[in-house]
Amino acid sequence: MTCDLTQTTLHGYCDGELDAVRAAEFEHHLEHCSECRILLLETRALGSRLRQNDLYQRCSDELRQRVEKQLGLARPEVQAQFQFQRPTRTGSLRWLLVPAFAVATVAIIAVLARFPVQQRVLASATASELIDAHVRSLQPGHLTDVISTDQHTVKPWFDGKLDFIPPVNDYTAQGFSLVGGRLDVLNGHDVAALVYARRKHTINLFVWPARQGETALYGWGSREGYNWGMWQAGDMRFCLVSDAAQSDLHELQQLIHP
Amino acid sequence: MLQPQERTRFELLVVPHLDAAVNLARWLLRNRADAEDVVQEAMLRAYRFFDQFRGGDARAWLLQIVRNNCYTWLQKNRPLELMTEFDEELHVQQSANPETLAAQADERGRLMRALESLPPRFREVLVLRELEGCSYKEIAEVTGIAMGTVMSTLSRARERLQRTLTAAVTKEAS
Repeated sequence: MTCDLTQTTLHGYCDGELDAVRAAEFEHHLEHCSECRILLLETRALGSRLRQNDLYQRCSDELRQRVEKQLGLARPEVQAQFQFQRPTRTGSLRWLLVPAFAVATVAIIAVLARFPVQQRVLASATASELIDAHVRSLQPGHLTDVISTDQHTVKPWFDGKLDFIPPVNDYTAQGFSLVGGRLDVLNGHDVAALVYARRKHTINLFVWPARQGETALYGWGSREGYNWGMWQAGDMRFCLVSDAAQSDLHELQQLIHP
Repeated sequence: MLQPQERTRFELLVVPHLDAAVNLARWLLRNRADAEDVVQEAMLRAYRFFDQFRGGDARAWLLQIVRNNCYTWLQKNRPLELMTEFDEELHVQQSANPETLAAQADERGRLMRALESLPPRFREVLVLRELEGCSYKEIAEVTGIAMGTVMSTLSRARERLQRTLTAAVTKEAS
């Protein structure tokens, strides 16, 4: 006998595309339907196999140059994005918006936190907030407070600024270069943001401690062209945000927590 | 020609998705050289029509153009691929793509061949979802599949891929 839900709902659930009510309904269904449980595991395993076997086909340097030449794109303008300066006083006025976002998100999250089953929704609400932080960080001068490719410079910089110490590692050899770090804000709490460069993409790694009694957040997704991945290790939470490919984020996650 | 300000916007919003463009084109055309030609043409098109980009998801916007160009290219150069539902057995043998053959023995090669043997409509949703990490909304935007149909298309594509992989393993074992 084939369960009707394997054809549709299961995939939406697996991909984090169901709304909270339907996700909860499906989780309830899973408790009774072994067919769906097995297929869900298989579907997730298939996804991991595809992502972990280096199937992503990248643009060659040669084509990149060809395109840039053909369109007469001016390199220096784009490079400006990657020049890091300390934030100026005038530029930081837009940070006044942060508390407003934070209050709204705290309210949403407070409501959602009452339903542990909606962990995925909570993860994606948190990710949404961090995607905004990622986009803000790309504004000129906002990316890094401490600029260094040396983990032994970046790590001590956080000391005394946060009540936790984020793990800081450089993965240049594996294609993820540490660029620097900064402080950011999530729901009114300070979080550490580490910045990595992957080819022409900027990746933000947000690190913050889980509060007592919070459920572990885990999830991968995408919003408006930005990919994110969230996981927890020990009592620390991690979230990667970037316009780099999802497979790149998985690769970096594997480096951080093999 | 775009104004300097628009050109910078194009560089910041669209050019970062060159990898995504190549990835989709390479999997749709199953050949890197053809994919790069089509992507170059698609980038030119995106650049010309950038004033029609209304903001929002630049990756989906670019991928939509890339996909259209890929299908036009297939229509012109390999119309059979679009007309026939592939016979898996037959097709696996035909996949004389050197890149694929070289990697034949290992897990990666097995996955590449299985993915390449799927019909393009299945292949594209898998590539967009599993490799590119697109949301259903983005997949709908790129492929023109109705939002409500994305889930069932993915379901069928995954089932087909799983079956192809299982068949490949059985064949290797015998």
